[in-house]
Amino acid sequence: MKLSLGPLQYFWPKKKVTGFYKRAADWPIDIVYLGEVVCAKRRELKLDDWLQIAEHLNAAGKEVVLSTLILIEADSELSQLQKICDNGRYRVEANDMSAVHLLDGKSRFVAGPHINSYNAGTLNVLHSCGAVRWVMPFELGQSTLQRLITQKPDGLETEVLVYGRLPLSFSARCFTARADNVAKDQCELRCISDENGLPLQTQEGEQLFTVNGVQVQSGVPCNLIGEIDTLMEMGVDVLRLSPETGYMAGLVTLFREVVDQQCSAAEAVALLPKLITEQKWCNGFWHEQPGMNWEHKLVQL
Amino acid sequence: MVAVNSNIELVCPAGSLPALRAAIDNGADAVYLGFRDDTNARNFPGLNFDTAEARKGIDYAHDRGRKVLLALNTYPQPQHFERWTQALAQADSLGVDAVILADPGLMQYATEQYPNLRLHLSVQGSATNRHAIAFYHQHFNIQRVVLPRVLSLRQVKSVIESSPVEVEVFGFGSLCVMVEGRCALSSYVTGESPNTCGVCSPAKAVRWEETSQGRQSRLNGVLIDRYQKDESAGYPTLCKGRFKVKGDTAFYAMEEPTSLNTLEILPELVKMGIAAIKIEGRQRSPAYVKRVTQVMRTALNRCQQDPDSYTPAADWVAALDHVSEGRSHTLGALHRPWQ
Repeated sequence: MKLSLGPLQYFWPKKKVTGFYKRAADWPIDIVYLGEVVCAKRRELKLDDWLQIAEHLNAAGKEVVLSTLILIEADSELSQLQKICDNGRYRVEANDMSAVHLLDGKSRFVAGPHINSYNAGTLNVLHSCGAVRWVMPFELGQSTLQRLITQKPDGLETEVLVYGRLPLSFSARCFTARADNVAKDQCELRCISDENGLPLQTQEGEQLFTVNGVQVQSGVPCNLIGEIDTLMEMGVDVLRLSPETGYMAGLVTLFREVVDQQCSAAEAVALLPKLITEQKWCNGFWHEQPGMNWEHKLVQL
Repeated sequence: MVAVNSNIELVCPAGSLPALRAAIDNGADAVYLGFRDDTNARNFPGLNFDTAEARKGIDYAHDRGRKVLLALNTYPQPQHFERWTQALAQADSLGVDAVILADPGLMQYATEQYPNLRLHLSVQGSATNRHAIAFYHQHFNIQRVVLPRVLSLRQVKSVIESSPVEVEVFGFGSLCVMVEGRCALSSYVTGESPNTCGVCSPAKAVRWEETSQGRQSRLNGVLIDRYQKDESAGYPTLCKGRFKVKGDTAFYAMEEPTSLNTLEILPELVKMGIAAIKIEGRQRSPAYVKRVTQVMRTALNRCQQDPDSYTPAADWVAALDHVSEGRSHTLGALHRPWQ
């Protein structure tokens, strides 16, 4: 069972990004997904900067995958996409069908969670184009995954997000700019101030979503630490954690210990509040319920 | 260079037989409809067509030289895949003019089983650029793409210039502020989304309550909005609720209740070479369909005859505002400052 670090969802200053991945080289993680996936206006790091980080991680023994932008509209975004797909060295995670088109029959790739892989027919199409791994879309759950693992083509690995705020939707509109009552083209890249996004609350103060530029995320992180045994039994190949600031090293280590059966899920859950600031999670999608639900039969808080 | 299309198809919503007749009688070139289940993205109670009704509707349209497009635009999961393949079989035997699909697995199945069935890529397929469209064209021979409502006018133009297939755009109706086919806000709160169940913010999860602080709307218990006495209350679609982001004032954090209205930019769309213009609203009444179809038919005729001297008449705009969400309209992403 491999562990991966998904692509960074937030806009961090360059120094913070390079420092984060420098440390990640020492974490017990097998795969690192790199690149800007949310907004094309975030250009603190250019492709060459990402490739430098990739070199460093690769030298540390990590499998590096370059993730592509999710919503691709402008010609400039298409040329950047072309450069990533043509990089010639690292595998690419396709997050839009445009990326699948550019990689089709040319390079082996990962079909990211934003490719709508809801059935075996789609997995067959993607595999025939060169996909060697697929990441389960976030709104799917256990029983669908079970069937898809049984029906999927041989040689296609399965990856599931087990920790992190869920990217729930994308827009051409920037919601971070909107919160300050400015238009997207006057955004001044203000989302760089929100290292874990901006909380969106109901009028009753319930933490419902997280605003992250053009992306809306779940209000609380998805947490499947209590499901790791099941995921392993089902034959999932890779478990993904999504980068957050502050506590990734401890979180990655804890998941590694559970995967390696050095720590039980119950023990891990008892340890979590000491590690991280988040005290609330969701896992509803996994249980085929509203995604925001937290089903805690196994995981007592 | 894209040739000006003088025969742009006006594609109108049909949530029921009366709505279908209203669309056809008032100038629709094509109607789109769905079966009465989760195979389409307007899976609402009391809406849509069983096989017999679909047969009647198709006869009504075909007798008058109009087309019928069938939406099978949700994403089937393995447990129920047969429901979608049966719907495709029905579509084929009913003789619809095209099916509107989003799911690649289902498209693959359709190209193998029904090679003569014309495929349109649904807005739920999220194709926002020429490479994505090329993928669906090469693999499944789609003949038309419906563009998500997140592109600017310039981007729409660029897509049309490079698209190997016909391009259909939304002309009027409720507005998705998120990229269609990539939004799980509804399933996060209710367990059901457009992709999985063909619904967004489903009615069965809605609760209204009168409180001392005003009228409140909830979706599966989550407070979506609170209205003062003089405010008119809208349907609690998640992205159109009032929430708090910074500070204590609740505001429309994602989108105001408003409708897309392209009357103002119709000449530009016509000159760009769109193949079809779509009216949203299968969940709306036959009266809505009649009114919007009349206005859009008149506007489109006027615009295609002489795009340069076209201006939207005040009574068209008023008529459309009257049936709009929040009684107001926007150009959405087509309008640059919005982005």
